[in-house]
Amino acid sequence: MELNESDIPALARGCAVLGTGGGGDVRVGALAATRAIREHGPVRVVRIQDLADDELIVPLSGIGAPTVSHEMPHGEAEAHRIVEEVEKIFGRRPAAIMSSEIGGSNGVAPVAWAAQLGLPLLDADAMGRAFPEVQMVSMYVKGLPADLVIMADVVGNVTTIRPVDGLWSERIARAVCVAAGSSALMADYVLTAARARGAVIEGTIGRALRIGRHQVLEALQEELGAIRLITGKLTDIERRTEGGFVRGSATIEGTGADRGRGLLLELQNENLVAIEDGEVRAMVPDLIAVVDTETAAAIQTEALRYGQRVTVLAWACDPIWRTARGLEVAGPRAFGYDLEYRPVGAGA
Amino acid sequence: MSLRIGLDVGGTNTDAVVLDHEDRLVAKAKRPTTPDVTVGLLAALDAVLGAVEPAAVTRIMLGTTHATNAILERRGLGRVAVIRLGAPATTSVPPLSDWPDDLRATVSAGEAVLPGGHFVDGYPISALDLGAVRRFLDGRDAGAVAVTGVFSPASAEQEQAVAELVTREYGLPVSLSHELGSLGLLERENATVLNAALYGVAERVTGALTSALESRGLSALPYLAQNDGTLMTLEQARRLPVSTIGSGPANSLRGAAFLSGAQDAIVADVGGTSTDLGVLVGGFPRESTAATEIGGVLTNFRMPDILAIALGGGSIVGPGPSVGPESVGYRIAELALAFGGGVPTLTDAGILAGRAQELGGAWKAGEFELLLSEALKISDAMVEDAVDRMTLGRTGRPLVAVGGGAFLLPASIPGVSDVLRPRHAEVANAVGAAIALASGRVDTILPAGQNRAERIEAAKTEAAARAVQAGADPGGVEIVDLYEIPLSYLSEPAVRLHVKAAGPLKPNR
Repeated sequence: MELNESDIPALARGCAVLGTGGGGDVRVGALAATRAIREHGPVRVVRIQDLADDELIVPLSGIGAPTVSHEMPHGEAEAHRIVEEVEKIFGRRPAAIMSSEIGGSNGVAPVAWAAQLGLPLLDADAMGRAFPEVQMVSMYVKGLPADLVIMADVVGNVTTIRPVDGLWSERIARAVCVAAGSSALMADYVLTAARARGAVIEGTIGRALRIGRHQVLEALQEELGAIRLITGKLTDIERRTEGGFVRGSATIEGTGADRGRGLLLELQNENLVAIEDGEVRAMVPDLIAVVDTETAAAIQTEALRYGQRVTVLAWACDPIWRTARGLEVAGPRAFGYDLEYRPVGAGA
Repeated sequence: MSLRIGLDVGGTNTDAVVLDHEDRLVAKAKRPTTPDVTVGLLAALDAVLGAVEPAAVTRIMLGTTHATNAILERRGLGRVAVIRLGAPATTSVPPLSDWPDDLRATVSAGEAVLPGGHFVDGYPISALDLGAVRRFLDGRDAGAVAVTGVFSPASAEQEQAVAELVTREYGLPVSLSHELGSLGLLERENATVLNAALYGVAERVTGALTSALESRGLSALPYLAQNDGTLMTLEQARRLPVSTIGSGPANSLRGAAFLSGAQDAIVADVGGTSTDLGVLVGGFPRESTAATEIGGVLTNFRMPDILAIALGGGSIVGPGPSVGPESVGYRIAELALAFGGGVPTLTDAGILAGRAQELGGAWKAGEFELLLSEALKISDAMVEDAVDRMTLGRTGRPLVAVGGGAFLLPASIPGVSDVLRPRHAEVANAVGAAIALASGRVDTILPAGQNRAERIEAAKTEAAARAVQAGADPGGVEIVDLYEIPLSYLSEPAVRLHVKAAGPLKPNR
């Protein structure tokens, strides 16, 4: 598979759906991807089986505050700086880069980085969705040692961190990010292809592309294998900032066939828990997306507004998140909800 | 006795009104908008001048679509050298990346991302390099320069330094982003470049207005209306012409507030093809939170929050029944059933239901009766739905109905306390221009901790100073809008601060 300029709008739409309300705005990433493809040519997408066991994969993501990336987009050198550092440490050039987070801007921006580097993009990511914290990645769930983080900022500073575990990598990476003006590019867990097997979520670039090509609600729902929690009108939205994260809730009142029903969504950058009549109908790490009923386009939590006509879809996360360790890392309790995880659609 | 003239150049009509010193409407006129908008403008002006003593006119306020049309038609735009200060940051998305090719080809005299800019905390990204600015501008065929610095709404000095250099060494006009938009680099940069491209248009409009005043022997002070329903002096309009875009809806909202006396209300401007709904908060238009697209370019320019629905007096009623979006438009007087034509329209439905006392007469709907009454139910439901979206769930405010199709609205609408139908509602836009205040605004980022109160005071002082610069009477300036938005994912708490000051114009006699 090859990603061309004409694929970018669909990829961006699909990444927005998989962002489940968070993950950052896809627009700037899509502009950067478009420019980089125009400048350097299409990006080749490879699978793990295309790589030799000892070939290197660099998972990349942008880290920082959405308001900052909106005002200070990345430069063109950050990905180069990180790959140079990888080469110094491992003594060879990586074979591919990978998106750490397919949901939101970090799903589409790696296309720009791959084009700038002239490296292929792996058809995989480490979340299958968007999550707010650095350790919420499949490699951490699989117990791969979180012993290397490389960060590059807009002026060219490169920081290499040798953390003792994933929680420390989040803590230190976040501090470096603040010093770098709340925006940086980060490689977390540089992997060999052998190690990546089973430790990353495969096929997610292709999946985002397919998702993004649907502009009709029913077709999107089918592609996702989602259940429709409600179709209705957004009647209340409440936001507050706590500990650097936006938290809040949104209420959707059913219309049409759903008249008389109501759904409460709990938000923390992403849509995390959906409650109807006191009953939890879907919860993190399963995916919950609010989409425009008419256009099937995903709506970010920051853009939720009274009166929007929306449909809430929920579907299963990657099986890795349903393991005991996966739930410990990114289950409801990791977000402060005292809830026993129940898979979406499992019934009462 | 001093008089004021309000002029509004709209897509279809150019309206003029004259208000006396107690804000009473003493003359009004409506003339078709002409391809060369100045012709229609003079026709409307002459029509009201005939009814008053020209020497008594002390001020003239113009709301116009000149700038909007220039961008939409890619006509009369200047060539702009586009400078962004922020390298090596931001280079992954260079200036004008999201512009339509034809507009970019018309406007851009070249783009550069040069060293400069600041981080969110005010630390420099890189030192400003005036030599690099010179190397970029030397020999470049540009009529103006646009300068956008990363985080300039919080740190404006570098943009000002470049402006001084360009003025001194190149003699070109400069558009600075911190004067125009808020945070969001690409959108603010787009607005800054459009602004620079409009300098020629602004010269022509202000020149035409000045010469129109001279040719009619008027010594009135002229002003231009801007997107938030306030005024600028011609000098300021020549510097910030992009601010005139969106003045039409803003004037309509302000005019509706003035004519009805309502300060907090929903306003529905019902035209021939569409209805624009907006919201008045404390007498000013509520502003849109979403990015605004002008001619295919996204800007974060603050515009009135308008919801347009395809519903107007000329909306065609189809079998089904259906209402719109097709409209007979200006041919309503020949095509509507009530006027002897063969096309069922929403106007016919309104007349049939007795909503238009002065229209209709002996007309019988016959076979269309059921269809038309069903169509009016659909129309009422569309209005109810749109009103609900605009109220954001807050009920109890009145709705002010303006525009030629205002009679189509029902006597009561769920979610609003009352439906007000003020006199002179058909020239609400021109009235809105005539009564407008002058304003200034500041949009910046503050650390939430120490010095917060001090820095908010400084921002209020700056906004008031900008209002005075725009023509306000220093004694009458008030802070009309102040809000803080907490920012996410920053470990140091920070807020985005927005302040707006407005006041009546300085007395000129």
